[in-house]
Amino acid sequence: MWNYSEKVKQHFFQPKNAKAVDHANAIGDVGSISCGDALRLSLKVNPDSDVIEDAGFQTFGCGSAIASSSALTEMIIGQTIDQVMRISNQDIVDFLDGLPPEKMHCSVMGMEALHAAVAQYRGEEVAEEHEEGELICKCFAIDDALIKRVVSQNNLETLDEVINYTKAGGACAACHEKIEWVLEECLGTPLADPIVTPASPSKANTIVGKIRLIEQALEQVRPQLQADGGDVQLSDVEDDMVFVSLTGACNGCGLSGATLAMIEQKISAVLGETITVYPTGAASLA
Amino acid sequence: MSNLTTLNKATQLAYLDNNATTQVDAKVLEQMLPYLSEFYGNPSSIHQFGEQVGKAIEHARQQVQALIGASYSSEVIFTSCATEASATAIMSAIEAFPNRKEIITSVIEHPATLELCQNLERKGYTVHWIKVDARGRLDMEAYKQALSSEVAVASFMWANNETGSLFPIRGMAELAKQHGILFHTDAVQVAGKLPIQVADSGIDLLSISGHKFHAPKGVGALYLRRGAKFRPLLRGGHQERGRRAGTENSSGIVGLGKAAELAMQSIEQDSARIKMMRDRLEMGLLARIPHCFVTGDPRHRVPNTSNIAFEFVEGESILLMLDQHGIAASSGSACTSGSLEPSHVMRAMDIPYTAAHGAIRFSLSRFTSEEMIDQVLAVLPGIVEKLRMLSPYWDTVSNQPAEQSFSPVYA
Ligand SMILES: Cc1ncc(COP(=O)(O)O)c(C=O)c1O
Repeated sequence: MWNYSEKVKQHFFQPKNAKAVDHANAIGDVGSISCGDALRLSLKVNPDSDVIEDAGFQTFGCGSAIASSSALTEMIIGQTIDQVMRISNQDIVDFLDGLPPEKMHCSVMGMEALHAAVAQYRGEEVAEEHEEGELICKCFAIDDALIKRVVSQNNLETLDEVINYTKAGGACAACHEKIEWVLEECLGTPLADPIVTPASPSKANTIVGKIRLIEQALEQVRPQLQADGGDVQLSDVEDDMVFVSLTGACNGCGLSGATLAMIEQKISAVLGETITVYPTGAASLA
Repeated sequence: MSNLTTLNKATQLAYLDNNATTQVDAKVLEQMLPYLSEFYGNPSSIHQFGEQVGKAIEHARQQVQALIGASYSSEVIFTSCATEASATAIMSAIEAFPNRKEIITSVIEHPATLELCQNLERKGYTVHWIKVDARGRLDMEAYKQALSSEVAVASFMWANNETGSLFPIRGMAELAKQHGILFHTDAVQVAGKLPIQVADSGIDLLSISGHKFHAPKGVGALYLRRGAKFRPLLRGGHQERGRRAGTENSSGIVGLGKAAELAMQSIEQDSARIKMMRDRLEMGLLARIPHCFVTGDPRHRVPNTSNIAFEFVEGESILLMLDQHGIAASSGSACTSGSLEPSHVMRAMDIPYTAAHGAIRFSLSRFTSEEMIDQVLAVLPGIVEKLRMLSPYWDTVSNQPAEQSFSPVYA
């Protein structure tokens, strides 16, 4: 099994601050059960001094997810908001005397939860900042903003590292090419052997024709979705991007990843060109 | 785990991961040892050093023949493992029938078959991936639809390694035969657990692996029906009648033979005893732990396997805590395997994501004791409860899944 450090085992078997903090005034939620890990961080912050007086975590996940959450609460109790915002995921890793490479994303989850909680405390709209990013990994709902942040903070250079740190690309692998583009952008140089998809000529040359074809494709998948208690609506079309909203049961991230991939395939097939399907609406990020 | 001194306290350990690998039976080891010391000859050699070893290998071949119920001992080809046996079977079939460009298999095969077929798909073969239902039962209609004279080989596992569920292999082999399709079955998880009678079954090729029934690792066998067309995977020597080149792993083969003999002797009474312990474990856990269920097809499974999905907990965490209590089990969850998604088997059965991450497999053997079962029943309910208490999806007050309380902005 994993070669966990003694510190990780200690924080897993005897986690610190495993609780929902009473009268918390800042809460940060990340992850989802379909993705295999989720963390709710609750903080009680003194509004006058900005000092974190108490912190608690509730985590669904593997050993290192629980250990990272426990470590995080230990690191931040007694610190001010400004101080904790300087904590990086690497600090969590160091505190635990290291994590296996495949588990680095657990430390990133801790950092993300902290940032979400602080944003809530400060009354910032996290959602809007988050939605600016381009969704890269549909299976785990990870956007380019997060990837870029993690890449630069941890000096990542390869696709595998990005997968280990963010989970992006760890499931269906459809976004590996896009992750490489984001990496290239961060590193400023092309990666060795980038994959290039040749653009194919579009068969539908008017936008109305295109939308009609897309609606036809959605009509094909709809019965399947409705059978599972869900549905899909076309929201917008722009160049090779198709925006849809998934509702109902389709709307859990791990599974909607597969649904989106299927929709993408169908639409690409009817249009005779490779398009990308994006989920829209806040629900699609949950 | 890595500490040998803890491992040596074997009496307190509950090893319930026998579908991953098994303990070598002492009688098997005893039989093997001379072939690692005094009987070191090359079985191909003409002198007496070789002859002794050659005879031992032929004896082992008969022992394996008996285990799988083959008509002739020459139908048994020794290999290095089941992965090699299955690769040999599938590659042989497509080479032997170069004009047939299709393959039929299921979506829940072991990676040894799955990834080989994916690779052949990339090389231009059409692979019919037959799906399973929520209980892991094969879509027989789709299987029948896929049969045609374009198909070179159909390859299906007899029992699934994660759930223990059985496919109706005999009937499937008969159907394949009507279209001249070679039928291969990965029988790794049935050998030594249920009686096999391969003669006159319609099965052309069958793979087994020694380390799943108390022989050592690194030895397996492929059954090749007499008269079935064959092309070797490994060439370059006359060993195994030119069907598998490479100097034989003589001690391993002797061990495989002995393990086959022991399994034959005890299969009925062992399987009944193992099944009773498995059922006691399963019922006990279902009764003691809320929100869990058995995955796969409970009525059609090998007697030693139970796969239980615990909702709202993650498998690796369970395994780590079990390990602390000296209990070894395994999980189809993502985190233990290093991949990030639940296993392809759980996904193929559409196990809800609230449970797929918490699927735990217990697999027993004839060395499993009632005490080991008691140990699991004593500690696992507490472990699951503890982990649920940590989880944001669990309402600690009502001790029930929390309702819709957790919907992060960052997901
Ligand atoms: C169903 C099944 N097939 C094939 C294998 C591979 O066997 P081996 O390790 O001998 O290659 C295994 C073992 O993990 C298995 O469970």
